[in-house]
Amino acid sequence: MKQKIRVAAGQGFWGDLLDAPVRQVEGGPIDYLMLDYLAEVTMSIMQKQKARDPNAGYARDFVPLMKRILPTCVERNIKVTANAGGVNVRACADAVREVARELGLAGKLKIGIVTGDDILERVDDLIGRGIELRNMDTGEPLSSVRDRIQSANAYLGAAPIVEALKEGAQVVITGRVTDTGLTLGPLMHEFGWAADDWDKLAAGTIAGHIIECGAQCSGGNCQYDWQNIPDMANVGFPIAEASPDATFVITKHDGTGGRVNVQSVKEQLVYEMGDPYEYITPDCVADFTTIHLADDGADRVRVFGIKGRSATDSLKVSISYSAGYKAVGTLVYAWPDAYAKAKAADQILRMRLDRLGLRFDQVLTEFVGANATHGILAGEPSTDIAEVQLRVGVRGNDRAAIERFTKEIAPLILTGTPAVTGFAGGRPKVEEIVAYWPALIPKSEIKSQVEILDV
Amino acid sequence: MKIQLAKLAHARSGDKGDTANVGLIALREEFYPLLTRKVTAERVKEHFNGVVKGEVERFELPNLGALNFLLHESLGGGGTLSLMTDAQGKTFSTALLRMQIEVSDNEAAELGLAARTED
Repeated sequence: MKQKIRVAAGQGFWGDLLDAPVRQVEGGPIDYLMLDYLAEVTMSIMQKQKARDPNAGYARDFVPLMKRILPTCVERNIKVTANAGGVNVRACADAVREVARELGLAGKLKIGIVTGDDILERVDDLIGRGIELRNMDTGEPLSSVRDRIQSANAYLGAAPIVEALKEGAQVVITGRVTDTGLTLGPLMHEFGWAADDWDKLAAGTIAGHIIECGAQCSGGNCQYDWQNIPDMANVGFPIAEASPDATFVITKHDGTGGRVNVQSVKEQLVYEMGDPYEYITPDCVADFTTIHLADDGADRVRVFGIKGRSATDSLKVSISYSAGYKAVGTLVYAWPDAYAKAKAADQILRMRLDRLGLRFDQVLTEFVGANATHGILAGEPSTDIAEVQLRVGVRGNDRAAIERFTKEIAPLILTGTPAVTGFAGGRPKVEEIVAYWPALIPKSEIKSQVEILDV
Repeated sequence: MKIQLAKLAHARSGDKGDTANVGLIALREEFYPLLTRKVTAERVKEHFNGVVKGEVERFELPNLGALNFLLHESLGGGGTLSLMTDAQGKTFSTALLRMQIEVSDNEAAELGLAARTED
Protein backbone atom coordinates (compact mmCIF):
# COMPACT_ATOMS: atom_id res chain seq x y z
CA MET A 1 0.00 0.00 0.00
CA LYS A 2 1.21 3.48 -0.83
CA GLN A 3 1.78 5.66 2.23
CA LYS A 4 0.69 8.86 0.50
CA ILE A 5 -2.02 9.43 -2.07
CA ARG A 6 -2.30 12.81 -3.73
CA VAL A 7 -5.76 13.73 -5.02
CA ALA A 8 -5.74 16.92 -7.09
CA ALA A 9 -8.82 19.04 -7.77
CA GLY A 10 -9.07 20.26 -11.36
CA GLN A 11 -12.42 22.11 -11.54
CA GLY A 12 -14.45 23.89 -8.87
CA PHE A 13 -17.53 23.98 -11.10
CA TRP A 14 -18.44 23.48 -14.77
CA GLY A 15 -16.91 26.60 -16.31
CA ASP A 16 -13.87 26.90 -14.05
CA LEU A 17 -10.38 27.67 -15.46
CA LEU A 18 -10.02 25.38 -18.46
CA ASP A 19 -6.29 24.80 -18.02
CA ALA A 20 -6.40 24.04 -14.30
CA PRO A 21 -6.67 20.23 -14.71
CA VAL A 22 -3.82 20.23 -17.23
CA ARG A 23 -1.65 22.14 -14.80
CA GLN A 24 -2.53 19.73 -12.01
CA VAL A 25 -1.40 16.80 -14.16
CA GLU A 26 1.76 18.43 -15.49
CA GLY A 27 2.81 20.60 -12.54
CA GLY A 28 4.03 17.91 -10.15
CA PRO A 29 3.31 14.46 -8.77
CA ILE A 30 -0.35 13.44 -8.27
CA ASP A 31 -2.11 10.09 -8.09
CA TYR A 32 -5.67 11.17 -8.86
CA LEU A 33 -7.29 14.03 -10.71
CA MET A 34 -10.76 14.82 -9.36
CA LEU A 35 -13.17 16.83 -11.53
CA ASP A 36 -16.55 18.10 -10.37
CA TYR A 37 -18.76 19.30 -13.20
CA LEU A 38 -22.30 19.17 -11.83
CA ALA A 39 -24.02 22.10 -10.19
CA GLU A 40 -27.52 21.63 -8.89
CA VAL A 41 -29.37 22.64 -12.05
CA THR A 42 -26.78 21.41 -14.57
CA MET A 43 -28.66 18.11 -14.97
CA SER A 44 -31.72 19.85 -16.44
CA ILE A 45 -29.61 21.53 -19.13
CA MET A 46 -28.13 18.13 -19.94
CA GLN A 47 -31.57 16.47 -20.09
CA LYS A 48 -32.63 19.06 -22.67
CA GLN A 49 -29.47 18.45 -24.72
CA LYS A 50 -30.08 14.71 -24.61
CA ALA A 51 -33.71 15.15 -25.72
CA ARG A 52 -32.44 16.94 -28.83
CA ASP A 53 -29.50 14.60 -29.45
CA PRO A 54 -29.31 11.10 -27.93
CA ASN A 55 -25.50 11.35 -27.95
CA ALA A 56 -25.44 14.56 -25.86
CA GLY A 57 -26.26 15.26 -22.20
CA TYR A 58 -22.85 15.29 -20.54
CA ALA A 59 -20.06 17.82 -19.81
CA ARG A 60 -18.63 18.16 -23.30
CA ASP A 61 -15.50 20.02 -22.11
CA PHE A 62 -14.38 16.78 -20.51
CA VAL A 63 -13.64 15.06 -23.84
CA PRO A 64 -11.12 17.61 -25.25
CA LEU A 65 -9.58 17.78 -21.78
CA MET A 66 -9.05 14.01 -21.82
CA LYS A 67 -7.49 14.35 -25.24
CA ARG A 68 -4.90 16.70 -23.76
CA ILE A 69 -4.06 14.80 -20.60
CA LEU A 70 -4.78 11.11 -21.19
CA PRO A 71 -1.33 10.22 -22.58
CA THR A 72 0.35 11.70 -19.50
CA CYS A 73 -2.20 10.11 -17.18
CA VAL A 74 -1.56 6.68 -18.70
CA GLU A 75 2.21 7.15 -18.68
CA ARG A 76 2.31 8.20 -15.02
CA ASN A 77 -0.67 6.09 -13.91
CA ILE A 78 -2.71 9.08 -12.81
CA LYS A 79 -6.36 8.10 -12.36
CA VAL A 80 -9.28 10.39 -13.05
CA THR A 81 -12.61 10.58 -11.20
CA ALA A 82 -15.17 12.88 -12.80
CA ASN A 83 -18.94 13.34 -12.63
CA ALA A 84 -18.76 14.56 -16.21
CA GLY A 85 -21.25 11.93 -17.40
CA GLY A 86 -24.28 14.05 -16.51
CA VAL A 87 -27.42 12.30 -17.77
CA ASN A 88 -25.62 10.35 -20.49
CA VAL A 89 -22.66 8.68 -18.85
CA ARG A 90 -22.46 6.04 -21.56
CA ALA A 91 -22.15 8.59 -24.39
CA CYS A 92 -19.49 10.46 -22.45
CA ALA A 93 -17.50 7.27 -21.90
CA ASP A 94 -17.84 6.33 -25.58
CA ALA A 95 -16.51 9.75 -26.60
CA VAL A 96 -13.55 9.39 -24.24
CA ARG A 97 -12.87 5.88 -25.58
CA GLU A 98 -12.88 7.26 -29.11
CA VAL A 99 -10.35 9.93 -28.15
CA ALA A 100 -8.17 7.39 -26.35
CA ARG A 101 -8.08 5.18 -29.46
CA GLU A 102 -7.17 8.15 -31.64
CA LEU A 103 -4.28 8.78 -29.26
CA GLY A 104 -3.04 5.24 -29.79
CA LEU A 105 -3.97 4.14 -26.28
CA ALA A 106 -6.03 1.11 -27.33
CA GLY A 107 -5.46 -1.72 -24.86
CA LYS A 108 -3.71 0.59 -22.43
CA LEU A 109 -6.59 1.65 -20.19
CA LYS A 110 -10.06 0.89 -18.92
CA ILE A 111 -12.89 3.32 -18.42
CA GLY A 112 -15.29 2.85 -15.50
CA ILE A 113 -18.91 3.92 -15.86
CA VAL A 114 -21.11 4.60 -12.83
CA THR A 115 -24.87 4.89 -13.36
CA GLY A 116 -28.09 4.33 -11.47
CA ASP A 117 -28.53 7.89 -10.21
CA ASP A 118 -31.04 8.93 -12.89
CA ILE A 119 -34.60 8.37 -11.62
CA LEU A 120 -36.47 10.66 -14.03
CA GLU A 121 -38.26 7.71 -15.64
CA ARG A 122 -39.18 6.30 -12.23
CA VAL A 123 -40.79 9.36 -10.68
CA ASP A 124 -44.42 8.30 -11.32
CA ASP A 125 -43.73 4.81 -10.02
CA LEU A 126 -42.09 6.22 -6.87
CA ILE A 127 -44.92 8.68 -6.18
CA GLY A 128 -47.43 5.89 -6.87
CA ARG A 129 -45.79 3.78 -4.20
CA GLY A 130 -46.07 6.54 -1.63
CA ILE A 131 -42.55 7.94 -1.89
CA GLU A 132 -43.56 11.57 -2.02
CA LEU A 133 -40.15 13.17 -2.57
CA ARG A 134 -41.19 16.16 -0.48
CA ASN A 135 -39.19 19.34 -0.91
CA MET A 136 -36.64 19.43 1.94
CA ASP A 137 -37.03 23.20 2.25
CA THR A 138 -40.78 23.71 1.86
CA GLY A 139 -42.24 20.29 2.74
CA GLU A 140 -44.39 20.22 -0.42
CA PRO A 141 -44.85 16.84 -2.16
CA LEU A 142 -43.28 16.49 -5.61
CA SER A 143 -46.70 15.78 -7.13
CA SER A 144 -47.39 19.53 -6.99
CA VAL A 145 -44.86 20.13 -9.79
CA ARG A 146 -45.07 16.69 -11.43
CA ASP A 147 -45.80 17.94 -14.96
CA ARG A 148 -42.89 20.41 -14.86
CA ILE A 149 -40.04 18.11 -13.82
CA GLN A 150 -37.00 18.20 -16.10
CA SER A 151 -34.51 15.98 -14.30
CA ALA A 152 -34.33 13.83 -11.18
CA ASN A 153 -31.11 12.30 -9.88
CA ALA A 154 -30.12 10.66 -6.63
CA TYR A 155 -26.71 11.59 -5.25
CA LEU A 156 -24.56 8.46 -5.27
CA GLY A 157 -21.60 8.16 -2.90
CA ALA A 158 -18.08 6.77 -3.07
CA ALA A 159 -18.96 3.04 -3.17
CA PRO A 160 -19.45 2.62 -6.94
CA ILE A 161 -16.26 4.62 -7.60
CA VAL A 162 -14.35 2.25 -5.33
CA GLU A 163 -15.82 -0.68 -7.26
CA ALA A 164 -14.79 0.79 -10.63
CA LEU A 165 -11.25 1.44 -9.40
CA LYS A 166 -11.04 -2.09 -8.01
CA GLU A 167 -11.87 -3.40 -11.47
CA GLY A 168 -8.94 -1.49 -12.87
CA ALA A 169 -10.55 1.65 -14.29
CA GLN A 170 -8.09 4.43 -15.04
CA VAL A 171 -10.84 6.95 -15.73
CA VAL A 172 -14.08 6.76 -13.73
CA ILE A 173 -16.98 8.66 -15.27
CA THR A 174 -20.14 9.11 -13.25
CA GLY A 175 -23.46 10.89 -13.35
CA ARG A 176 -24.77 12.53 -10.18
CA VAL A 177 -22.20 11.54 -7.56
CA THR A 178 -21.44 13.78 -4.59
CA ASP A 179 -18.43 16.05 -5.04
CA THR A 180 -16.91 14.56 -1.91
CA GLY A 181 -17.34 10.98 -3.19
CA LEU A 182 -15.00 11.74 -6.08
CA THR A 183 -12.19 12.23 -3.53
CA LEU A 184 -13.27 9.72 -0.88
CA GLY A 185 -13.60 6.88 -3.43
CA PRO A 186 -9.91 6.93 -4.40
CA LEU A 187 -8.81 7.02 -0.73
CA MET A 188 -11.07 4.10 0.26
CA HIS A 189 -9.74 2.13 -2.67
CA GLU A 190 -6.05 2.86 -2.10
CA PHE A 191 -6.04 2.46 1.67
CA GLY A 192 -8.65 -0.29 1.92
CA TRP A 193 -10.83 1.69 4.32
CA ALA A 194 -13.94 -0.26 5.29
CA ALA A 195 -17.35 1.09 4.36
CA ASP A 196 -18.19 1.41 8.07
CA ASP A 197 -14.92 2.94 9.27
CA TRP A 198 -16.82 6.16 9.94
CA ASP A 199 -13.96 8.31 11.19
CA LYS A 200 -11.83 7.59 8.13
CA LEU A 201 -14.77 8.03 5.77
CA ALA A 202 -15.55 11.37 7.43
CA ALA A 203 -11.93 12.45 7.00
CA GLY A 204 -11.92 11.54 3.31
CA THR A 205 -15.24 13.35 2.91
CA ILE A 206 -13.85 16.50 4.50
CA ALA A 207 -10.73 16.29 2.32
CA GLY A 208 -13.14 16.24 -0.62
CA HIS A 209 -15.13 19.18 0.74
CA ILE A 210 -11.99 21.28 1.13
CA ILE A 211 -10.79 20.76 -2.45
CA GLU A 212 -14.14 20.47 -4.27
CA CYS A 213 -14.39 24.22 -4.96
CA GLY A 214 -10.98 24.29 -6.58
CA ALA A 215 -8.87 27.35 -5.78
CA GLN A 216 -11.40 28.61 -3.25
CA CYS A 217 -9.24 26.92 -0.58
CA SER A 218 -5.89 27.98 -2.05
CA GLY A 219 -6.19 31.77 -2.19
CA GLY A 220 -9.23 32.36 -4.40
CA ASN A 221 -12.04 34.42 -2.86
CA CYS A 222 -9.96 34.51 0.33
CA GLN A 223 -10.67 37.47 2.61
CA TYR A 224 -7.80 36.87 4.96
CA ASP A 225 -4.88 39.06 3.89
CA TRP A 226 -6.14 39.06 0.29
CA GLN A 227 -3.98 42.02 -0.67
CA ASN A 228 -0.82 39.99 -0.11
CA ILE A 229 -1.72 36.61 -1.62
CA PRO A 230 0.96 36.15 -4.30
CA ASP A 231 0.61 35.58 -8.03
CA MET A 232 -3.14 34.97 -8.22
CA ALA A 233 -2.94 35.02 -12.03
CA ASN A 234 -1.09 31.73 -11.68
CA VAL A 235 -3.19 30.36 -8.79
CA GLY A 236 -2.46 26.77 -7.85
CA PHE A 237 -5.40 24.40 -7.46
CA PRO A 238 -5.50 22.32 -4.29
CA ILE A 239 -4.17 18.83 -3.65
CA ALA A 240 -5.19 16.59 -0.73
CA GLU A 241 -2.19 14.48 0.26
CA ALA A 242 -3.71 11.71 2.35
CA SER A 243 -2.23 9.02 4.58
CA PRO A 244 -3.66 5.58 5.44
CA ASP A 245 -4.52 6.78 8.97
CA ALA A 246 -6.91 9.33 7.41
CA THR A 247 -4.93 12.42 8.28
CA PHE A 248 -4.13 14.59 5.31
CA VAL A 249 -2.34 17.71 4.15
CA ILE A 250 -3.89 20.33 1.88
CA THR A 251 -1.27 21.77 -0.46
CA LYS A 252 -0.65 22.83 -4.08
CA HIS A 253 2.11 22.36 -6.65
CA ASP A 254 5.41 24.20 -6.17
CA GLY A 255 5.83 27.25 -8.34
CA THR A 256 2.12 28.11 -8.46
CA GLY A 257 0.48 31.24 -7.09
CA GLY A 258 -2.17 31.63 -4.44
CA ARG A 259 -1.75 30.49 -0.85
CA VAL A 260 -2.71 27.53 1.28
CA ASN A 261 -2.74 28.37 4.98
CA VAL A 262 -4.90 27.67 8.01
CA GLN A 263 -7.05 30.71 7.25
CA SER A 264 -7.66 29.87 3.59
CA VAL A 265 -8.67 26.33 4.54
CA LYS A 266 -10.95 27.56 7.35
CA GLU A 267 -12.75 29.86 4.92
CA GLN A 268 -13.47 26.92 2.63
CA LEU A 269 -14.54 24.67 5.51
CA VAL A 270 -17.34 27.05 6.50
CA TYR A 271 -18.47 27.58 2.90
CA GLU A 272 -22.09 26.46 2.37
CA MET A 273 -22.05 24.91 5.82
CA GLY A 274 -25.25 23.83 7.53
CA ASP A 275 -25.21 22.14 10.92
CA PRO A 276 -21.47 21.46 11.36
CA TYR A 277 -22.16 18.54 13.69
CA GLU A 278 -23.98 16.70 10.89
CA TYR A 279 -22.50 16.98 7.41
CA ILE A 280 -24.55 14.25 5.75
CA THR A 281 -23.33 12.39 2.67
CA PRO A 282 -24.30 9.00 1.23
CA ASP A 283 -21.11 7.59 2.80
CA CYS A 284 -21.17 8.86 6.39
CA VAL A 285 -22.07 11.75 8.67
CA ALA A 286 -19.01 13.93 9.19
CA ASP A 287 -18.57 16.08 12.27
CA PHE A 288 -16.94 19.41 11.40
CA THR A 289 -16.54 20.27 15.07
CA THR A 290 -13.78 17.63 15.29
CA ILE A 291 -11.56 19.02 12.52
CA HIS A 292 -8.12 20.17 13.60
CA LEU A 293 -5.83 22.24 11.42
CA ALA A 294 -2.10 22.91 11.80
CA ASP A 295 0.43 24.80 9.79
CA ASP A 296 2.76 22.25 8.11
CA GLY A 297 5.18 24.56 6.32
CA ALA A 298 4.77 26.84 3.33
CA ASP A 299 1.46 26.24 1.53
CA ARG A 300 0.78 23.12 3.60
CA VAL A 301 -1.97 22.64 6.17
CA ARG A 302 -2.28 19.39 8.12
CA VAL A 303 -5.83 18.21 8.88
CA PHE A 304 -6.42 15.62 11.62
CA GLY A 305 -8.65 14.41 14.46
CA ILE A 306 -11.80 14.02 12.35
CA LYS A 307 -14.69 11.97 13.69
CA GLY A 308 -17.65 10.59 11.81
CA ARG A 309 -20.83 8.64 12.41
CA SER A 310 -22.80 6.04 10.51
CA ALA A 311 -24.46 6.97 7.24
CA THR A 312 -28.22 7.59 7.15
CA ASP A 313 -30.80 5.40 5.38
CA SER A 314 -31.59 8.05 2.77
CA LEU A 315 -30.01 9.58 -0.28
CA LYS A 316 -30.55 13.14 -1.37
CA VAL A 317 -32.29 13.58 -4.68
CA SER A 318 -31.75 16.61 -6.87
CA ILE A 319 -34.80 17.39 -8.99
CA SER A 320 -35.14 20.29 -11.40
CA TYR A 321 -38.44 21.71 -12.60
CA SER A 322 -39.61 24.50 -14.81
CA ALA A 323 -40.72 27.47 -12.67
CA GLY A 324 -41.71 30.30 -15.00
CA TYR A 325 -39.66 33.08 -16.52
CA LYS A 326 -37.57 36.03 -15.50
CA ALA A 327 -35.74 39.00 -16.97
CA VAL A 328 -33.42 41.64 -15.54
CA GLY A 329 -32.96 45.11 -17.04
CA THR A 330 -30.29 47.67 -16.14
CA LEU A 331 -29.48 51.33 -16.81
CA VAL A 332 -26.76 53.56 -15.36
CA TYR A 333 -27.35 57.05 -13.87
CA ALA A 334 -24.49 59.54 -13.40
CA TRP A 335 -23.67 62.35 -10.95
CA PRO A 336 -25.18 64.56 -9.66
CA ASP A 337 -27.94 62.91 -7.59
CA ALA A 338 -27.36 59.60 -9.35
CA TYR A 339 -29.22 57.59 -6.72
CA ALA A 340 -32.24 59.94 -6.68
CA LYS A 341 -32.46 59.81 -10.48
CA ALA A 342 -32.29 56.01 -10.52
CA LYS A 343 -35.00 55.82 -7.84
CA ALA A 344 -37.27 58.18 -9.78
CA ALA A 345 -36.72 56.16 -12.97
CA ASP A 346 -37.73 53.01 -11.10
CA GLN A 347 -40.99 54.68 -10.04
CA ILE A 348 -41.71 55.75 -13.61
CA LEU A 349 -41.05 52.23 -14.87
CA ARG A 350 -43.28 50.64 -12.25
CA MET A 351 -46.16 53.00 -13.04
CA ARG A 352 -45.88 52.11 -16.71
CA LEU A 353 -45.84 48.39 -15.94
CA ASP A 354 -48.97 48.89 -13.80
CA ARG A 355 -50.79 50.82 -16.50
CA LEU A 356 -50.00 48.08 -18.98
CA GLY A 357 -51.77 45.73 -16.59
CA LEU A 358 -48.74 43.47 -16.35
CA ARG A 359 -48.73 41.13 -13.39
CA PHE A 360 -45.61 39.49 -11.99
CA ASP A 361 -44.97 37.14 -9.07
CA GLN A 362 -42.10 39.39 -8.06
CA VAL A 363 -40.54 42.70 -9.06
CA LEU A 364 -37.19 43.51 -7.45
CA THR A 365 -35.32 46.80 -7.78
CA GLU A 366 -31.71 47.12 -6.73
CA PHE A 367 -29.38 50.09 -7.00
CA VAL A 368 -25.91 48.76 -7.81
CA GLY A 369 -23.33 51.02 -6.23
CA ALA A 370 -25.70 51.84 -3.40
CA ASN A 371 -27.35 48.76 -1.92
CA ALA A 372 -27.39 45.74 -4.23
CA THR A 373 -25.23 43.56 -2.02
CA HIS A 374 -25.62 44.82 1.55
CA GLY A 375 -29.13 46.29 1.31
CA ILE A 376 -30.07 48.70 4.06
CA LEU A 377 -26.89 47.75 5.96
CA ALA A 378 -25.01 49.88 3.43
CA GLY A 379 -26.80 53.02 4.63
CA GLU A 380 -28.01 55.92 2.49
CA PRO A 381 -25.59 56.59 -0.40
CA SER A 382 -23.89 59.97 -0.69
CA THR A 383 -25.56 62.52 -3.01
CA ASP A 384 -22.10 62.90 -4.48
CA ILE A 385 -21.86 59.26 -5.63
CA ALA A 386 -20.40 59.09 -9.17
CA GLU A 387 -22.95 56.68 -10.62
CA VAL A 388 -25.63 54.17 -9.73
CA GLN A 389 -26.90 51.26 -11.80
CA LEU A 390 -30.66 50.74 -11.70
CA ARG A 391 -31.30 47.01 -11.87
CA VAL A 392 -34.90 45.80 -12.11
CA GLY A 393 -35.82 42.12 -12.21
CA VAL A 394 -39.24 40.55 -12.79
CA ARG A 395 -40.40 36.98 -12.45
CA GLY A 396 -43.66 35.20 -13.29
CA ASN A 397 -45.39 32.43 -15.23
CA ASP A 398 -46.72 34.65 -18.01
CA ARG A 399 -43.99 34.75 -20.61
CA ALA A 400 -45.72 37.50 -22.58
CA ALA A 401 -45.70 39.82 -19.56
CA ILE A 402 -41.97 39.24 -19.05
CA GLU A 403 -41.37 39.90 -22.78
CA ARG A 404 -43.28 43.18 -22.50
CA PHE A 405 -41.18 44.22 -19.51
CA THR A 406 -37.99 43.83 -21.56
CA LYS A 407 -39.32 46.43 -24.00
CA GLU A 408 -39.94 49.05 -21.31
CA ILE A 409 -36.29 49.54 -20.26
CA ALA A 410 -34.71 51.31 -23.26
CA PRO A 411 -37.51 53.90 -23.54
CA LEU A 412 -36.46 55.22 -20.12
CA ILE A 413 -33.43 56.75 -21.79
CA LEU A 414 -35.51 59.30 -23.72
CA THR A 415 -38.59 59.36 -21.49
CA GLY A 416 -37.16 59.25 -17.96
CA THR A 417 -34.71 60.99 -15.67
CA PRO A 418 -31.46 62.52 -17.06
CA ALA A 419 -27.77 61.57 -17.23
CA VAL A 420 -28.63 57.98 -18.10
CA THR A 421 -26.69 55.51 -20.21
CA GLY A 422 -25.66 51.87 -20.38
CA PHE A 423 -28.08 50.25 -22.77
CA ALA A 424 -25.50 49.03 -25.24
CA GLY A 425 -26.34 45.38 -24.66
CA GLY A 426 -29.85 45.72 -26.12
CA ARG A 427 -33.07 44.40 -24.63
CA PRO A 428 -32.82 42.08 -21.65
CA LYS A 429 -33.29 38.40 -22.43
CA VAL A 430 -36.21 36.39 -21.13
CA GLU A 431 -34.89 33.37 -19.26
CA GLU A 432 -36.76 30.21 -18.44
CA ILE A 433 -36.33 29.46 -14.77
CA VAL A 434 -35.30 25.93 -13.94
CA ALA A 435 -35.62 25.62 -10.19
CA TYR A 436 -34.11 23.12 -7.80
CA TRP A 437 -36.14 20.70 -5.69
CA PRO A 438 -34.11 18.83 -3.05
CA ALA A 439 -35.70 15.68 -1.60
CA LEU A 440 -34.79 12.46 0.17
CA ILE A 441 -35.27 8.88 -1.05
CA PRO A 442 -34.74 5.62 0.86
CA LYS A 443 -31.35 4.14 -0.02
CA SER A 444 -33.00 0.81 -0.81
CA GLU A 445 -34.63 2.42 -3.88
CA ILE A 446 -31.33 3.24 -5.56
CA LYS A 447 -29.01 0.63 -7.04
CA SER A 448 -25.85 1.97 -8.61
CA GLN A 449 -24.33 0.12 -11.55
CA VAL A 450 -20.69 -0.13 -12.52
CA GLU A 451 -19.53 -1.12 -15.96
CA ILE A 452 -15.99 -1.33 -17.34
CA LEU A 453 -15.13 -0.42 -20.93
CA ASP A 454 -11.90 -1.61 -22.50
CA VAL A 455 -10.32 0.95 -24.78
CA MET B 1 -15.80 51.03 23.23
CA LYS B 2 -17.34 49.87 19.96
CA ILE B 3 -15.36 47.57 17.69
CA GLN B 4 -16.33 46.51 14.19
CA LEU B 5 -16.31 42.75 13.50
CA ALA B 6 -14.05 43.37 10.49
CA LYS B 7 -11.26 44.02 13.04
CA LEU B 8 -11.91 40.71 14.82
CA ALA B 9 -12.89 38.19 12.18
CA HIS B 10 -12.88 37.10 8.56
CA ALA B 11 -15.79 35.33 6.95
CA ARG B 12 -17.13 33.38 3.98
CA SER B 13 -20.76 32.96 3.00
CA GLY B 14 -22.74 30.79 0.63
CA ASP B 15 -26.23 29.46 -0.03
CA LYS B 16 -28.48 26.46 0.43
CA GLY B 17 -31.75 27.24 -1.30
CA ASP B 18 -33.26 30.34 0.28
CA THR B 19 -30.90 30.14 3.27
CA ALA B 20 -27.59 31.99 3.37
CA ASN B 21 -24.83 30.74 5.64
CA VAL B 22 -22.10 32.92 7.06
CA GLY B 23 -19.03 31.38 8.66
CA LEU B 24 -17.41 33.93 10.96
CA ILE B 25 -13.78 33.10 11.80
CA ALA B 26 -11.79 34.77 14.58
CA LEU B 27 -8.70 36.53 13.23
CA ARG B 28 -6.87 35.48 16.41
CA GLU B 29 -7.74 32.55 18.67
CA GLU B 30 -8.15 34.85 21.68
CA PHE B 31 -10.95 36.78 19.93
CA TYR B 32 -13.16 33.69 19.74
CA PRO B 33 -14.67 33.85 23.27
CA LEU B 34 -15.56 37.50 22.68
CA LEU B 35 -17.27 36.65 19.38
CA THR B 36 -19.14 33.76 21.00
CA ARG B 37 -20.43 36.06 23.76
CA LYS B 38 -21.35 39.05 21.61
CA VAL B 39 -22.33 37.76 18.20
CA THR B 40 -25.47 35.88 19.20
CA ALA B 41 -28.16 34.61 16.83
CA GLU B 42 -30.48 37.37 18.13
CA ARG B 43 -27.88 40.04 17.51
CA VAL B 44 -27.30 38.80 13.95
CA LYS B 45 -31.03 38.68 13.26
CA GLU B 46 -31.26 42.30 14.43
CA HIS B 47 -28.23 43.30 12.33
CA PHE B 48 -29.84 41.87 9.19
CA ASN B 49 -33.24 43.36 10.01
CA GLY B 50 -35.19 43.70 6.76
CA VAL B 51 -32.70 41.57 4.82
CA VAL B 52 -33.25 38.23 6.59
CA LYS B 53 -36.97 37.39 6.71
CA GLY B 54 -36.71 34.11 8.62
CA GLU B 55 -34.93 32.84 11.70
CA VAL B 56 -31.20 32.94 12.39
CA GLU B 57 -29.50 29.81 13.77
CA ARG B 58 -26.00 29.75 15.22
CA PHE B 59 -23.54 26.85 15.54
CA GLU B 60 -20.23 26.94 17.39
CA LEU B 61 -16.97 25.49 16.06
CA PRO B 62 -14.43 26.14 18.81
CA ASN B 63 -11.98 23.85 16.99
CA LEU B 64 -11.81 26.36 14.13
CA GLY B 65 -12.43 29.48 16.22
CA ALA B 66 -15.53 29.95 14.10
CA LEU B 67 -19.27 30.49 14.35
CA ASN B 68 -21.66 29.41 11.61
CA PHE B 69 -24.88 31.32 11.07
CA LEU B 70 -27.82 30.15 9.00
CA LEU B 71 -29.93 33.08 7.79
CA HIS B 72 -33.24 31.61 6.66
CA GLU B 73 -35.42 33.22 3.98
CA SER B 74 -32.85 35.75 2.95
CA LEU B 75 -32.14 35.10 -0.74
CA GLY B 76 -35.38 36.12 -2.46
CA GLY B 77 -36.41 32.50 -3.02
CA GLY B 78 -32.87 31.28 -3.61
CA GLY B 79 -31.12 29.65 -6.52
CA THR B 80 -32.48 30.37 -9.98
CA LEU B 81 -35.78 31.75 -8.60
CA SER B 82 -34.07 34.72 -6.97
CA LEU B 83 -33.86 38.05 -8.78
CA MET B 84 -31.14 39.33 -6.47
CA THR B 85 -27.66 40.30 -7.70
CA ASP B 86 -26.33 38.20 -4.86
CA ALA B 87 -28.70 35.25 -5.19
CA GLN B 88 -25.97 32.98 -3.77
CA GLY B 89 -25.44 35.06 -0.64
CA LYS B 90 -21.75 35.43 -1.33
CA THR B 91 -21.52 38.95 0.09
CA PHE B 92 -23.41 38.27 3.32
CA SER B 93 -19.96 37.57 4.77
CA THR B 94 -18.78 41.16 4.63
CA ALA B 95 -22.28 42.43 5.46
CA LEU B 96 -21.91 40.66 8.81
CA LEU B 97 -18.42 42.14 9.29
CA ARG B 98 -20.06 45.59 9.36
CA MET B 99 -21.50 44.80 12.79
CA GLN B 100 -20.25 46.85 15.75
CA ILE B 101 -19.94 45.16 19.12
CA GLU B 102 -19.49 46.78 22.51
CA VAL B 103 -16.27 45.73 24.27
CA SER B 104 -15.23 46.94 27.71
CA ASP B 105 -12.03 49.02 27.77
CA ASN B 106 -10.39 46.40 29.99
CA GLU B 107 -11.13 43.52 27.69
CA ALA B 108 -10.13 45.56 24.64
CA ALA B 109 -6.79 46.34 26.30
CA GLU B 110 -6.24 42.67 27.20
CA LEU B 111 -6.89 41.68 23.58
CA GLY B 112 -4.59 44.40 22.30
CA LEU B 113 -7.49 46.27 20.70
CA ALA B 114 -7.46 49.44 22.75
CA ALA B 115 -4.52 51.29 21.26
CA ARG B 116 -4.96 54.22 18.91
CA THR B 117 -8.76 54.04 18.80
CA GLU B 118 -9.01 57.83 18.89
CA ASP B 119 -6.98 58.32 15.71
